[in-house]
Amino acid sequence: MGSKIAELLNKTATKIILAIVLGFMAGALALAVAGYDPGTSYSMMFTSIFSSPQNMIQVLILTMPNILTGLSVAFAFKTGLFNIGGEGQYIVGAIAAVMVGGVFNLPPVINVIVIMLAAFLAAGLYGALAGFLKAKFGIHEVITTIMLNWIALYLNNYLISLPGIGVKNTEYSFAIKQNAWTNVLNGWKTSPQGQAYLAAHPALSPILLGTDINYGIIIAIVVAVAVSFLLYRTTFGYQVRAVGLNKDAAEAAGIRVKKSIVMTMFIAGGLAGLAGALQMTGTLPHALVTLASQPGYGFNGITVALMANSSPIGCIFTALLLSALQFGGSTIQMNLGAPSEVVNIMIGVIVFFVAVASMFTMISERIKRRRVKIAD
Amino acid sequence: MKNQQADAVEMQSIYKYFDNFCALNAVNLKVRRGSIHALLGENGAGKTTLMNILYGLYRPDGGKILINGEPVEMKNPNVAIEHKIGMVHQHFKLVENFTVVQNIILGQEVVKAGCVLDLARARKQVMDLSKTYGLAVDPDAKIEDISVGMQQRVEILKALYRGVEILILDEPTAVLTPQEINELVNIMHNLTEDGKTIIIITHKLKEIKKSSEYCTIIRRGKYIDTVVVKSVSEQQLASMMVGREVSLVVAKAKADPGDIIFRIDNLTVEDNRKIERVKELSLYVKRGEIVGIAGIDGNGQKELVEAITCLTKVKAGKISINGAELQNTSPHYVVENGIATIHEDRQKRGLVLDFPVKYNLILENYNKPQFAGRSILKEPAIHQFAEDSIRRYDIRPEDCASEPARALSGGNQQKVIIARELSENPELLLAFQPTRGLDVGAIEFIHSALIKHRDSGHSILLISFELDEIMNVSDRICVLYDGRIVAEFLQGEVDENEIGLLMAGGERKNGI
Ligand SMILES: Nc1ncnc2c1ncn2[C@@H]1O[C@H](COP(=O)(O)OP(=O)(O)OP(=O)(O)O)[C@@H](O)[C@H]1O
Ligand SMILES: [Mg+2]
Repeated sequence: MGSKIAELLNKTATKIILAIVLGFMAGALALAVAGYDPGTSYSMMFTSIFSSPQNMIQVLILTMPNILTGLSVAFAFKTGLFNIGGEGQYIVGAIAAVMVGGVFNLPPVINVIVIMLAAFLAAGLYGALAGFLKAKFGIHEVITTIMLNWIALYLNNYLISLPGIGVKNTEYSFAIKQNAWTNVLNGWKTSPQGQAYLAAHPALSPILLGTDINYGIIIAIVVAVAVSFLLYRTTFGYQVRAVGLNKDAAEAAGIRVKKSIVMTMFIAGGLAGLAGALQMTGTLPHALVTLASQPGYGFNGITVALMANSSPIGCIFTALLLSALQFGGSTIQMNLGAPSEVVNIMIGVIVFFVAVASMFTMISERIKRRRVKIAD
Repeated sequence: MKNQQADAVEMQSIYKYFDNFCALNAVNLKVRRGSIHALLGENGAGKTTLMNILYGLYRPDGGKILINGEPVEMKNPNVAIEHKIGMVHQHFKLVENFTVVQNIILGQEVVKAGCVLDLARARKQVMDLSKTYGLAVDPDAKIEDISVGMQQRVEILKALYRGVEILILDEPTAVLTPQEINELVNIMHNLTEDGKTIIIITHKLKEIKKSSEYCTIIRRGKYIDTVVVKSVSEQQLASMMVGREVSLVVAKAKADPGDIIFRIDNLTVEDNRKIERVKELSLYVKRGEIVGIAGIDGNGQKELVEAITCLTKVKAGKISINGAELQNTSPHYVVENGIATIHEDRQKRGLVLDFPVKYNLILENYNKPQFAGRSILKEPAIHQFAEDSIRRYDIRPEDCASEPARALSGGNQQKVIIARELSENPELLLAFQPTRGLDVGAIEFIHSALIKHRDSGHSILLISFELDEIMNVSDRICVLYDGRIVAEFLQGEVDENEIGLLMAGGERKNGI
């Protein structure tokens, strides 16, 4: 029994689940201190998500970009780099997507692929710029990526201000052509037959028409699996992980460390860029919007990656958790007046306990020790 | 003290498990106050683990520890430090971009006016200490710029600075020169005359004979015996430790050198601080030949190796293998041209400690067709290769292929590197301190592996601070002093004393 617990405690997944439980406990405490009943608040968060299919879909829509920016940060982490540039890379990806998707008229499916490739390439190069500055001049990627975030934001707003790109008297750019949208049953649901069918089946219409339901999350999950494969099964992944774990040994063994840093940042940037692209193809208004502040997905990505302990597959689940918490947090604020910041406390506590996961290892050791002593 | 008669340290029936692996199985250790006590055992026998337990770094899974006769629960190193126990680790724990003085006073900073670091005073204290014990260090150099030998001295000073009574030295002499070892032995004797107690882990039997009164032998985690050093021979110690007869000198046939394949012409290299460390050095290595470079640590060995491997820029001169010029290219190019390197600092340059052993074994070859096809790693082949290497090189424990390299003992980590570097049959093996930290059995094995490599028509440039190793293994010996080759001999031409003199900067008696 003791040995089973000790073994279980040593598993990364167990540690993360424990951290999450502790996060919920901390959130409950915060709610209680603020004078709200934790039970009511949590059940409201829970039921608000599951009360309607629209809300569940809303959470999934939120999850997609968080998975991809989470992967971006996690990938960079694995190779010893801290990519805070998710925001800017997301924006650059969105810009590339809208430029390609709004200008070219390509056949369906191919157009989405071309848009994704363009966004990956553009945002990848944007990330690689930070990698290059690090490799060539030793400028820390945290500094460069933060600056690049702001450059991307102003580039976005500048583009919208241009007559050929911005739509007059709005805050939007031109939109991606409809046949490149990644929404579910995209063309059909607005066609006459589709409208007739939906009129006859009222249960479906709020889902298909009332939300931006799209394929993005499926693509994001596929990408997460691909990233995991890239990291753990390929020579490229071997190489970047070796650089991340011991740059000096990798260098001595003939691995091109600088090239690897640039490539890593290219991929990290590309992943965040995909989030921007799929957001454009998947959600209204399918166009660039003038930004007053950073979109936030890049920073969400840091949280997602930290909670997942940089596991690409783990990012799928932690992105889902984060999105659900953020969605649920907003509902308790609306309905109970309870502070939605509670969610931030919970997330903070979770990240903290994942980070100090070695503590659980220590507890596991102690249990084992006790067992051995008994055996003596 | 209340307990004058009690032993300084007594460890009773210590157990330690790592998962299901039993690293220590009822080990006993009794150390008399004021004595020097050696701990002897093969690589992976559990010496470091035992000392980590004494120092509170690991908690034992069973057993008792008594300090000066009183039971102590060594919860953590703070408890050990309270009991005036100090430890110099096998792998140094120094802050790379701090200076020597900063490292020594770390955690024990001298302050003035309540909070301001008094570096000048600290520096003076450190220098006094360094002078008293003859441990020469450059107080203002950064750790990353000094040789491993000097780093070792910094570690010893660090312990002394904390005023320890019981000093644990985990392979302190693995990188010291014979002269430095003699000095250290003197220092140790001075310390024990002061009533201090020393536990020393070393693989060098000579050193045990010279320094210690008692020696405890452990083998594969089991206590074997404690002997009075005076009453046993080196050979006896060796066979007690390995459990079989070992030969302390390698047998080898005469070299049959071919063409020159590797040469260095007028090489000049500066260190990070723009001081010339290698000065117009020239040498060559022929096919099927082992060239040994004898020299005291700090005479340019580190810079020479880094220049050959392109880890540092060359100021002037040429390095070439089979006609291909290497200087100021890239480490990648050097590896591609058939040079394999065993680096001096195994944990920094040699291993990715958090990678499993099997991945460390392919660090240079992960891209080769036998381990990867279409950019996908061939896990089964990698695993099989690891199993084979582990068996061939007797890396312990046998089932470590998927364990992180960090979990191996120091000597076994070294075997992983050697297995890897020899696996591709390199044209030239650049071996810098290849047997650092290995036990006598393993050294015997590695030396014969080097000779086998030579006999298969390859070349070796051996750089070592162990004069014995150079004398035993090399076909031709170059003496390095102050960045220059000051003399050259064939094996057997001269004796240790003459080379020792040249290494220390002396003139050659009969001229060159
Ligand atoms: N943290 C760890 N996790 C798992 N196994 C470990 C760990 N530390 C040591 N071991 C194992 O315990 C055994 C003893 O290791 P230890 O480092 O004490 O050997 P050692 O006698 O100091 O050898 P060496 O002379 O090579 O330094 C080895 O087999 C090693 O692989
Ligand atoms: Mg050891």
